[in-house]
Amino acid sequence: MAFTIKVNGNTHSVDVDGDTPLLWVLRDVLGMTGTKFGCGRALCGACTVHLNGVPIRSCITSVESVGAKSVTTIEAIGHTPAGKKIQQAWIELDVPQCGYCQSGQIMSAAALLAKTPNPSDADIDGAMSGNICRCGTYARIREGIKRAAHGATSDKKGT
Amino acid sequence: MTSNRVIDVVESDGVDISRRRFLSVSAAAGGGLLIGFAIGPAIKAAGAAGKAANASFTPNAFIRIGSDGQVVLTMPYVEMGQGTYTSIPMLIAEELEVDLKQVRLEHAPPNEKLYANPLLGVQATGNSNAVRGAWQPMRQAGATARTMLVAAAAKRWNVDPASCRAQSGEVLHAPTGRKLKYGALAAETAGMPVPDKVALKQAKDFKLIGTPAKRLDTPSKVNGTAVYGIDARPPGVKIATLAQSPVFGGRVKSVDDTAAKRVKGVRQIVRLDDCVAVVADHMGAAKKGLAALKIEWDDGPHAKLGTSDIAAELEKATLNSGAVAQNIGDVGKAMASAVTKVETTYQVPFLAHATMEPMNCTVHVHKDGCEIWVGNQAIARCQAAAAKITGLPLDKVVLHNHLIGGGFGRRLESDGVERTVQIAQHVDGPVKVVWTREEDIQHDMYRPYWFDRISAGLDAKGMPVAWSHRFAGSSVIARWLPPGFNKGLDSDTTEGAIDLVYGFPNLHVEYVRVEPPGIPTAFWRSVGPSHNVFVTESFIDEMAAAAKQDPVAYRRALLDKSPRAKAVLELAAEKAGWGQPLPERVGRGVSLQFVFATYMAQVAEVEVSKDGAVRVRRLVCAVDCGTVVNPDTVRAQVQSAVVFGITAALHGEITLKDGRVEQSNFHDYLMLRMNEAPAIEVYIVNSSQPPGGMGECGTSAIVPAVTNAIFAATGKRLRKLPVDTTALKQAV
Repeated sequence: MAFTIKVNGNTHSVDVDGDTPLLWVLRDVLGMTGTKFGCGRALCGACTVHLNGVPIRSCITSVESVGAKSVTTIEAIGHTPAGKKIQQAWIELDVPQCGYCQSGQIMSAAALLAKTPNPSDADIDGAMSGNICRCGTYARIREGIKRAAHGATSDKKGT
Repeated sequence: MTSNRVIDVVESDGVDISRRRFLSVSAAAGGGLLIGFAIGPAIKAAGAAGKAANASFTPNAFIRIGSDGQVVLTMPYVEMGQGTYTSIPMLIAEELEVDLKQVRLEHAPPNEKLYANPLLGVQATGNSNAVRGAWQPMRQAGATARTMLVAAAAKRWNVDPASCRAQSGEVLHAPTGRKLKYGALAAETAGMPVPDKVALKQAKDFKLIGTPAKRLDTPSKVNGTAVYGIDARPPGVKIATLAQSPVFGGRVKSVDDTAAKRVKGVRQIVRLDDCVAVVADHMGAAKKGLAALKIEWDDGPHAKLGTSDIAAELEKATLNSGAVAQNIGDVGKAMASAVTKVETTYQVPFLAHATMEPMNCTVHVHKDGCEIWVGNQAIARCQAAAAKITGLPLDKVVLHNHLIGGGFGRRLESDGVERTVQIAQHVDGPVKVVWTREEDIQHDMYRPYWFDRISAGLDAKGMPVAWSHRFAGSSVIARWLPPGFNKGLDSDTTEGAIDLVYGFPNLHVEYVRVEPPGIPTAFWRSVGPSHNVFVTESFIDEMAAAAKQDPVAYRRALLDKSPRAKAVLELAAEKAGWGQPLPERVGRGVSLQFVFATYMAQVAEVEVSKDGAVRVRRLVCAVDCGTVVNPDTVRAQVQSAVVFGITAALHGEITLKDGRVEQSNFHDYLMLRMNEAPAIEVYIVNSSQPPGGMGECGTSAIVPAVTNAIFAATGKRLRKLPVDTTALKQAV
């Protein structure tokens, strides 16, 4: 049957089984490839999107469970104040390497910042430990979240 | 290209002289200037030891300067996070005198003749050698183009070229203040003679090289617009996923696809000898269809294979002699005279790559050709493989390369492309095959399992008089690049085990090649050194302990002939506060290595809790990688490689049971996460030596630093990876 979902402010009708994960509706049906597939079991966070501002793993979220809630993806997160700050900090610090996980990292970080404008290290660990980065950009992600929260600061050591 | 004129290039920095470059210049389509360079075989091996990894081959590339003044650089190396799409353009921009923002990049198409990596001999990005290989030719290409642009402007103005200079994409004539943009000169420059000689800048004149340039690929990676192979969507594409024989070498016995065909969105089931694929409208339907398949497998000859079988075979192999990788002096005689003998064995496991972007490929096989969309480190290899399967000539196989969502060696292989072509031959229209994470981990090509037997003889003062090391395992080079495997040896397998930084008077190193049955092996970030450095740097720690000496002081005493190694060791020790007191069950461990033409020392500070859990609290790295092109990328690569190595040291292990890989996803093949990541400090030594590689050395260095720190914290010496936390539980 067809489901109607609202993504980044636009309404779409998709004709798929109700148990189809939102991830594949976004990527394969709607062609929005910014949201990434990593594990299919909510273990890596690469597929993170927001449902009414709350970060969720789209790889285990069925399209029928979305209902009238608003989906926000990496393609539109820059239109939110927190998302814009996170993206800017990511660029200033050159956080991404291969970049594949960064859509998910940014979605998790933007949700954290929207809810907790001044996150502690423990807050960052709590919000971000579900997102794997195989390139190991964790130190810069942490710094990026702090920069987005406080502006340019750095406690990094080294030359 | 219409002409080939041979010219000489003078190296002003005194490095690698006496090469001949073969450059060609012609008008580009659209009236611009096109410079290509194809370089003959390397003439001079670097270093007195003739170390293969340092051999000075050079790559090929194209520069195009459009009439709009934009410099388009066709990248012979692929971007997989290591920053090559910034560092390589920096080399060209430095000599060409353009701003980085004026440079636009294109992925190179497959073409072994034009784009072969000189240090590998094939078109591939790996072995931490992009900057090493590009260092001379990219700057020469830039300098040649700049020299010709200046000459063209001087001719137009009828002035002496020496009175003109290039700056920010323009040629200036200082005495009159006249200037011309490169774009305005592009067409006429194409007709100018190629200079016989061009001088490269002295290091002191560098404006870009050595500065922390912003990465050119970052903006697209923060807003979802970066396009990876998995994001390719040619019109009409179908999505497929697959189940391959769970035992390597097995076959499909039977398939019941009745239920799968009823899944909404499933279009087709493709059955191959050893694989079944479900083709659908979207991946959700493909996965659902795959789950509904009933497949019976014939497991084939490896049905009962277990990891312990392979380990036992390797252990046995180390009892026999192998190919001699290096011999210094007379180990037998020296060992007989030793006051103390230290001997032991080490072993390291199979490892999966687990790139965040699972394996995938999109292929359209049609009657006139084959079109491929993929992100791969070795695209010419992929093109050749597809041509072979389809029976098409090479030029009928069109391959579009993409950004790579993690390489680490996995995407030096063409197996994913081959599999997709086989499936696509049965599909009408383009099909994108996406591996599930489970399929990706269970059908990887793995970092080899290694077994090492090593011994040392110490004199009365505890200093080494003999070092003997023999190890057994797979040679990836022997399969991947057969000409690189000679007399039982290859440069990758032995790197980090030979040409050690230490001045051992007697040394003997042997390699025994054993290819394990039933499990394919491949390159994995830091490849040979990922194993060898763990063994050698663990063992020298054991020697220091046997001699009752401090691990840093012990190493330092052996470095009189390696001043660069000594410098990084001292710097790392100083910055780490080596010797300063630490709490109970916290220890510091050191490692030192020279691999990928880079010197690196690391000091890890590790805490072992009473339940045996290990946490790396702090990591200090000192690195001398010669001339630094982009210091921010050097730091990023250390941060990255260290996390990669800690992940392997603490968690990484692929095991076989009944021929099947037991791990399947991130719940049982664990990755280091944010809450476990240490603070990482990187200290870069200033150097004007040629650049060394940075993509991988941090991975090999961190592993023994961690296990040596565990020894310091607990007294437990770990000789098998990954770290066994149960062995580290504190006795109650």
